[in-house]
Amino acid sequence: MRYSAFSIVKNALTGNVNWTPAWRQPEPKPFYDVIIVGGGGHGLATAYYLAKEFGLKNIAVLEKGYLGSGNVGRNTTIVRSNYMLPGNEPFYEFSMKLWEGMEQDLNYNAMLSQRGIINLYHNDGQRDAYIRRGNAMWMEGVPAELLDRAALKKMLPFLNFDHARFPIMGGLLQKRGGTARHDAVAWGYARAADRLGVDLIQNCEVAGIRRENGVVTGVETSRGFIGCGKLGLAAAGNTSRVGEMADLKLPIESHVLQAFVTEGLKPAIDHVITYGAGHFYISQSDKGGLVFGAEIDGYNSYAQRGNLATVEHVMEEGVTMIPGLSRVRVLRSWGGVMDMSMDGSPIISHTPIDNLYLNCGWCYGGFKATPASGWCFAHLIAKNETHPVARFLRLDRFERGYPIDEHGAGPQPNLH
Amino acid sequence: MASLIHCPHCGVRPKEEFSIRGDASLIRPDPEASDEAWNDYVHIRSNPRGRYREHWQHVAGCRRWLVVERDTFTHEVFAVTDAASSAREAGR
Repeated sequence: MRYSAFSIVKNALTGNVNWTPAWRQPEPKPFYDVIIVGGGGHGLATAYYLAKEFGLKNIAVLEKGYLGSGNVGRNTTIVRSNYMLPGNEPFYEFSMKLWEGMEQDLNYNAMLSQRGIINLYHNDGQRDAYIRRGNAMWMEGVPAELLDRAALKKMLPFLNFDHARFPIMGGLLQKRGGTARHDAVAWGYARAADRLGVDLIQNCEVAGIRRENGVVTGVETSRGFIGCGKLGLAAAGNTSRVGEMADLKLPIESHVLQAFVTEGLKPAIDHVITYGAGHFYISQSDKGGLVFGAEIDGYNSYAQRGNLATVEHVMEEGVTMIPGLSRVRVLRSWGGVMDMSMDGSPIISHTPIDNLYLNCGWCYGGFKATPASGWCFAHLIAKNETHPVARFLRLDRFERGYPIDEHGAGPQPNLH
Repeated sequence: MASLIHCPHCGVRPKEEFSIRGDASLIRPDPEASDEAWNDYVHIRSNPRGRYREHWQHVAGCRRWLVVERDTFTHEVFAVTDAASSAREAGR
């Protein structure tokens, strides 16, 4: 069923009993040309673009829980392309352009809201760094705007401009940045992929990767053996565990990142705002809750829950930036397991095994990359050739000495 | 993660006094070792879900480097030892 205003009216008039499920619940077939491990945003997007852009048929996505049960449903929904390094910026801008046409393409309302993202700066050195980043963005054709204190005061009067230690001097604005409804992105890709014949197999955990003569022949799963021609891994925080099944040596550590949402408020924060003296970021959801988060907890973890010390730290940062936040009550908080790479940048790559492909290392920034990650990974799997905008995101960049380290923090994941 | 860590020198102290360096199973290769050995040391991590040995420094206490053995899924802490004595036990 195609969704439209007409379909809503028609179903309303017939008692809303004729809606059909958004996707099928197929039994796994014995063999697929391509299997994607991981039914999150990236895995679903990959399957969709494999079918739509690269014309492949006979594709399956295996998900150990339910679709979108991982980080795509546990993030702070921010979409942006304000990176600096040449290895990253064209990739994220490609993603931004895909976001802008995604809802029409998928026939699904992902509630993309290009409300603008503002990175605050607090001293002269940081201003210069942001000017440099803004110029780097312009060089890739991405508009950026430097706001001074007066302009910012008009836009965001509630900020703590005169803080004694971290006064706010201005900000870097990307107007096209914003937010999207995270679950809807997973559901939209799932439904669109299903309509193109992709089998989305839930409650199907991969337990082993079978190899013969150096190539993958299929996967052992909780629902039996499934053969495949090519295998793509998009397992996010569990990448190391799945990679181990194929003896991959990976530059990945799993860390926990927490996020928070407050009770619903009337419209108060119109943009996405990030704090320059810490890692804090905040926006307001369409339901009215303030959605925010900050640093990862800083220790390896596979648990989807974090530490109270980090909760306290995040709240302190938030109240330092917007004193009025101290009056708002937090409704809930949660943690997600991040596949932190050693340079803070992602990996979309071949592996030492010919028909095994890898998509991981999204750190805490995978959501914004969902469409481009899916597209580039599908390109890699279908053509066995790296997509031009993802050419720097290879697994072998570490051993070759070409890391893409936006923070300049070195190979220390808990500092990215 | 446990909120309290039993430092072998300072006793029971809050976790926030410690700074976490990372995987303690890695051994720095010889300066003349191959590129592959150095790549494994600098970039490659076993990243287990379960028991894990980590280097922590007690920065707000004795400032000693410690080896903390803990579980990355349940967050249980099993043992905390001084890094020097762990290295000695391992014959290094």
